Amino acid sequence: MAEAKYSVGQKVRVMESYPVGHVRTPFYIRGHSGTIERICGSFPNPEELAQMRDGLPERPLYRVRFRQKEVWPDYRGTDADVIEVEIFQHWLEAA
Amino acid sequence: MNAREKLGKYRPLTYYQLMEVTLRELLVEKGLTSEAEVKAEVEAMRARTPERGARVVARAWIDPEYRKRLLQDGTRACEELGLEIPQLKLVVVENTRDTHNVIVCTLCSCYPRVLLGIPPDWYKSRNYRSRMVREPRKVLSEFGLRLPRNISVRVHDSTADMRYLVLPMRPAGTEGWSEQRLAKLVNRNSMIGVALPDVPAAKKKPKSAKTRAR
Repeated sequence: MAEAKYSVGQKVRVMESYPVGHVRTPFYIRGHSGTIERICGSFPNPEELAQMRDGLPERPLYRVRFRQKEVWPDYRGTDADVIEVEIFQHWLEAA
Repeated sequence: MNAREKLGKYRPLTYYQLMEVTLRELLVEKGLTSEAEVKAEVEAMRARTPERGARVVARAWIDPEYRKRLLQDGTRACEELGLEIPQLKLVVVENTRDTHNVIVCTLCSCYPRVLLGIPPDWYKSRNYRSRMVREPRKVLSEFGLRLPRNISVRVHDSTADMRYLVLPMRPAGTEGWSEQRLAKLVNRNSMIGVALPDVPAAKKKPKSAKTRAR
């Protein structure tokens, strides 16, 4: 299992990057900051798997919690509403 | 209508049907699979129904220790009940008095098939996938679930290797019920998070618990 760089509760930012190819980081969450909710383990890199490669070494995967009001400036729910997204470590940076 | 017409009119295959047939025949021809294997897989897929998920939920309702294990490691807790979760990790998220969970997959249509069977068409629709993350309360209200603002909404976008199951709250008025009886209240939509479990028949259904016809 690859080493997880971030710990639960830590603040992280999703990179604002737009590479071509198969990517499992939704567009709407790129560039947004949230906190690590849990570490899911390590998994083969889907961006490599999509190119018919083995996806190794495995990459740590996190569930990151974002405040909806931070993600959508015009969000009409409450301040406590959140969205959680699975993000691979190579898409995160410390915030 | 003559006998022949009763059999249905001939329609050419659609693009994806043609692709499926072509790929399947090629794989069989090359000996990578067989028609029997494909048929067995389709039948196994059809055999998986939301009753599997309902068993897990009902067990968690009656057994607090099981509930703890389920929230900690969903995959292993399902295996305890003899439900194999191949090749993925199951994360169970719990509804409480102040948090409501709902599941979506914005990138494709990831779904806990092994527990809920084949996903409903709306789950795969662009409408649900794009709007559930952006205006969850509005989408939930379209399902008949109006959440008061003192309950926070937690949306789970199933983007990678996890699959999610919502553990709904046990309905009031079910004290002392058996696991089997409780499982009958657990409808599919309540495990996706767009509805609440059915309410015991004796009581009148509150408006907020109304679910869209399955």
